[in-house]
Amino acid sequence: MLIKQMSVFVENTTGRLGKLTGILADAGVDIIACTIAETTDFGILRCIVPDPQTATDLLKKNGFTASLSNVIAVSIEDKVGGFNHVLQYLSEAQVGVKYVYSTVKNAGGKAVIVMKPDDPEKAVGVLTTKGVQLVSIEDFMA
Amino acid sequence: MIWNKEMECADRETMRSLQLEKLQKTVKYEYENVAPYRKKMDDAGVKPEDIKTLEDIRKLPFTTKEDLAANYPTGLFAAKKEDIIRVHASSGTTGKPKIAGYTQNDLDIWGECVARALTCAGQDKNSVIQVAYGYGLFTGGLGAHIGAETIGATVIPMSSGNTKKQIMFMQDMKSTAFCCTPSYALTVAEGLAKAGVDPKDLSLQAGVFGAEPWTEGMKENIEKGLGIKAYDIYGLTEIIGPGVSISCDENNGMHIQEDYFYPEIIDPETLEPLPDGEIGELVFTTLGKEGFPMIRYRTRDLCYLMREKCACGRTTVRMGKILGRTDDMLIIRGVNVFPSQIEEVISRFSELTINYMIYVGRENNKDTFDLEVELAPGLEIDDIAFVENLRSRVDRALRDMLGIGCKVKFLNADTLPRSEGKAVRVKDTRKLHEK
Repeated sequence: MLIKQMSVFVENTTGRLGKLTGILADAGVDIIACTIAETTDFGILRCIVPDPQTATDLLKKNGFTASLSNVIAVSIEDKVGGFNHVLQYLSEAQVGVKYVYSTVKNAGGKAVIVMKPDDPEKAVGVLTTKGVQLVSIEDFMA
Repeated sequence: MIWNKEMECADRETMRSLQLEKLQKTVKYEYENVAPYRKKMDDAGVKPEDIKTLEDIRKLPFTTKEDLAANYPTGLFAAKKEDIIRVHASSGTTGKPKIAGYTQNDLDIWGECVARALTCAGQDKNSVIQVAYGYGLFTGGLGAHIGAETIGATVIPMSSGNTKKQIMFMQDMKSTAFCCTPSYALTVAEGLAKAGVDPKDLSLQAGVFGAEPWTEGMKENIEKGLGIKAYDIYGLTEIIGPGVSISCDENNGMHIQEDYFYPEIIDPETLEPLPDGEIGELVFTTLGKEGFPMIRYRTRDLCYLMREKCACGRTTVRMGKILGRTDDMLIIRGVNVFPSQIEEVISRFSELTINYMIYVGRENNKDTFDLEVELAPGLEIDDIAFVENLRSRVDRALRDMLGIGCKVKFLNADTLPRSEGKAVRVKDTRKLHEK
């Protein structure tokens, strides 16, 4: 179960991120999860939204460099070692992970973590076999 | 198509003897009618009779923009006031504008030269020419206008700005040619894309662009965005305005209307003439102008001359693309930098738009050099590493071109201001401290 993540290039100037979130808020876009990778002069905002294609087009129309890519979201028991299991399964299967971040919302009382594996399709296969619960956009919306 | 075969395809001997005859008349006329230049000639010990061959032009003193400033506003006009029927002006960098006066005969010459240029760009009396250069003191608007009228085309005197309206006229009036600055052409091309207009649905065939230096990369962007062939028109107010030279379908330099404007290339330091093919400062002497004739006017533009026969059939001397203006040159950490060099580099990156902004400043007695460039729309970025890799490639390319490094900052597309006339691409805050 793959999820489309939206990535947006944001200049590191005061108010720029606010402009972006303003555009999303005005269009009624709910941000389910987000993180920023930052350097001294720019950042990349990555986020999960209910209708990523529409949100991406909207931001592009407003002059932002925005694009979509595949990530997965896993639901894990909120206890010691819960996240560790998932990473172990992936590393045993030689699937690397580029970055992870957690969601603003949780689904059904469990912690949900967004991950960008280097091979998302393979990661889905591995984790499904191991019985790890993958989360879809619809799950978040429920 | 060639507007005036007799002149544009004249053999060298015919051209040279015509030029000599006109040069002798011009020098005599200037000596008799322009006191400040007469004084210069007297100081140099040259008399009009000393001009016996074309090469004797080297004996004549130069005219500089400082001479124009010193004789502001009309001290270098040669015609009587009653014969001057129009003035144009261009902004001087030192405050006072440079004012040029035209007699009816001068306007006729101008019309003839721009007519040659528009014909060279494939336009004729059936064409619809949309002029989006500014109308007014700037020579662009009325210059393109008079040429379009001379060939008998339909002129749409739009002037610059209001991109939506430009596009509407372009569509509804089926314009075949578009005349403006290259930076505004780019703005209009972006406007078309935004409005979802396919350039194939327009009647546009040609663009005649000038009044600021532009690179091949920018030309390709404009040609693609407007679906046209772009022609480079060159000119300057002090000489007449646009139409001094025009590029042809061979796209290998601009044909100078040398029966009216005699070109030389000099070394800007030693002021000695340079052979064909060598880069130096372009100098023009007007042949036949009455209102504001110029002898050996130093344009500050850097280029070179080509005299090999052009495949288009014209025999006139060609000038290479303007590589920069000695005035545009920035000296950063002791190194000469032209904005056109930076444009050349960024135009090679498909990940970037052609828009940029150069910031030069001074911190702790050291020059700072920052460059803002825009990421191309539609770029897919999810990775810091992608951006850093792009940055280091742009960095390296700039360093190879300029010999010094600069700090590159990426912006989202459409962030930098768009231009409706001549683009402002440099902010040099060092000058503020010098005053």
